Amino acid sequence: MADWAGALRTLAARRVVLLALVVLAVMLLLTALGQWVFAHDPMAMKVSQRLRAPSWSHWSGTDELGRDITSRIFYGARYSLGIGAATALLAVVFGTLLGLLAGFFRRLDAVLMRLVDAMMAFPDILLGIALVSILGASPVNVVLALTIVYTPRVARVVRASTLVIRELPYVEAARAVGVSTPRLLAVHILPNLMSPILVQLSFIFAYALLAEAGLSFLGVGVGAEIPTWGTMVAASAQYADRAVWTLFFPGMAIVLTALSLQVLGDGVRDLLDPRLKGAT
Amino acid sequence: MSRMSWGTLGRTLLGRLGGMLAVLSLVSVLVFLLTRLAAGDPMAMLLGDQASLQDIAQARQRYGLDEPLWTQFLLWLGQVLQGNLGQSIFLQMPVSQVLLERAEPTAWLAIFSVGLAMLIGVPCGIVSAVWRGRWIDQCVSTLAMLGASMPSFWMGLLAIQLLAVGAGWFPVSGYGDPGADWLTRIHHLMLPALVLGTLNSALIIRFTRASMLDILSEDYIRTARSKGLPEVIVVFKHALRNALVPILTVLGLTLALMIGGAVVTETVFNLPGLGNLVVRAVLRRDYPVIQGALLVIAAVYVIINFAIDVLYVWVDPRVRHG
Repeated sequence: MADWAGALRTLAARRVVLLALVVLAVMLLLTALGQWVFAHDPMAMKVSQRLRAPSWSHWSGTDELGRDITSRIFYGARYSLGIGAATALLAVVFGTLLGLLAGFFRRLDAVLMRLVDAMMAFPDILLGIALVSILGASPVNVVLALTIVYTPRVARVVRASTLVIRELPYVEAARAVGVSTPRLLAVHILPNLMSPILVQLSFIFAYALLAEAGLSFLGVGVGAEIPTWGTMVAASAQYADRAVWTLFFPGMAIVLTALSLQVLGDGVRDLLDPRLKGAT
Repeated sequence: MSRMSWGTLGRTLLGRLGGMLAVLSLVSVLVFLLTRLAAGDPMAMLLGDQASLQDIAQARQRYGLDEPLWTQFLLWLGQVLQGNLGQSIFLQMPVSQVLLERAEPTAWLAIFSVGLAMLIGVPCGIVSAVWRGRWIDQCVSTLAMLGASMPSFWMGLLAIQLLAVGAGWFPVSGYGDPGADWLTRIHHLMLPALVLGTLNSALIIRFTRASMLDILSEDYIRTARSKGLPEVIVVFKHALRNALVPILTVLGLTLALMIGGAVVTETVFNLPGLGNLVVRAVLRRDYPVIQGALLVIAAVYVIINFAIDVLYVWVDPRVRHG
């Protein structure tokens, strides 16, 4: 844990992981600086320019209202990436808390894990649309709904790791010298859960990104007027036979980002799992 | 098997059964609470704008909505256990009947997709494990991850453009006329199953690979190799047979993914299945339908996983003997 720079260097040594890191960095940079990089206003409609094929002035073409798709993708990224990141963070925080408690306190375990099993009996998208339909369609509610969907998944992983760590000799030693339970959990056990937590963080980010796109596509997500990658694909569906680029590019943004996040998560897992060291 | 191990087997199975029933009860509580949390009085919604406050109060009494929450839950659960899931507000039909009508396309879609996912996933996973770390393993693993990163609606829309609109090999959408024969039905299901099966093979590839890698490092595989058996026999006869048991257990998980994926895929291809029904019910705020569909889908998932668990206990002596 002490050597973050070293860890990052080891990660980047694998070419695929390096590529994923570069893709994510470029994505973030263009999302943050989009309004200065791209010549077109993402919201500016120009009916004379509607459904234009990709060209030098519009790299990904224009949509049904003549808006520049490239600048809209990186404008929509604020919502798509923001919702994904917020969901991943919240689900990891709550999931870690629940998983830690369930893994450490046997009495809580049976109850909490049954609840987790029950929550996981609902397919993610299905639970997502049911929750958004109750909460109402908005970016904040999508984050809330998806946090409820993914928290049990994190809890299950963290619980499994906690069960293993709890039995290690050093935990027993710490208890023997009189370390209090909260301190034991926070200082001695939590840091050793960092690898599964980091892996979950990037995977849940990818899943949440895909789920938000799915919800928005179905019309029960952020609301059609907000440009996310999901709503852009949804809006393009009826023009896809004439202007396939309106469908292709926003979807590619989803695929590239989700793929990079999963490659990164896999890389972190290989890096931190001693059993796999030197395997490839 | 001795009497002793029958006792252990019985206890294990009883334990699993108890666990399943506990999860099912929790599922029913969650579904009940979920729809009760929904904004708005269900009676006001059922009776429409014309109802007076008195009408609503009477209706609340008739449906037991003035009882405490847990009484309401027990009343509702009693009805559910008798197969009564309530009345669809929009369709004016019993929910159970609506679900039954819509279950067929979803069931076929799930079966075809799981079949295709196995056909792709198992061979790819084996190849990946046998040539671990080589270029073919890297290719398969990257493709599997690509599959897991692709939104099914996006791939569905592209497939429609390419293979239905462009090439004209498949119908663009729908499930054929109401009286269509089974060949027409299958033709309509092919493209959605292709999309859903390909994307979901990713999980089976990963699982097969991990399971094969585990078994290929076992002592008896080394023994088989060292006594000079050809690699083909070692892989297919000794390893694959033992790897298949854990692979089968992932089927339950895949099926759940399929039902979730079907929500989106059915909407893209306009298939009149359960997923499509739920999406429409959500857009129309038809809560009895949402409630019924959630309950049935979650229950099917729990029961399938229980069945696989039991199968696993039967097949694997290590689990059987606890």
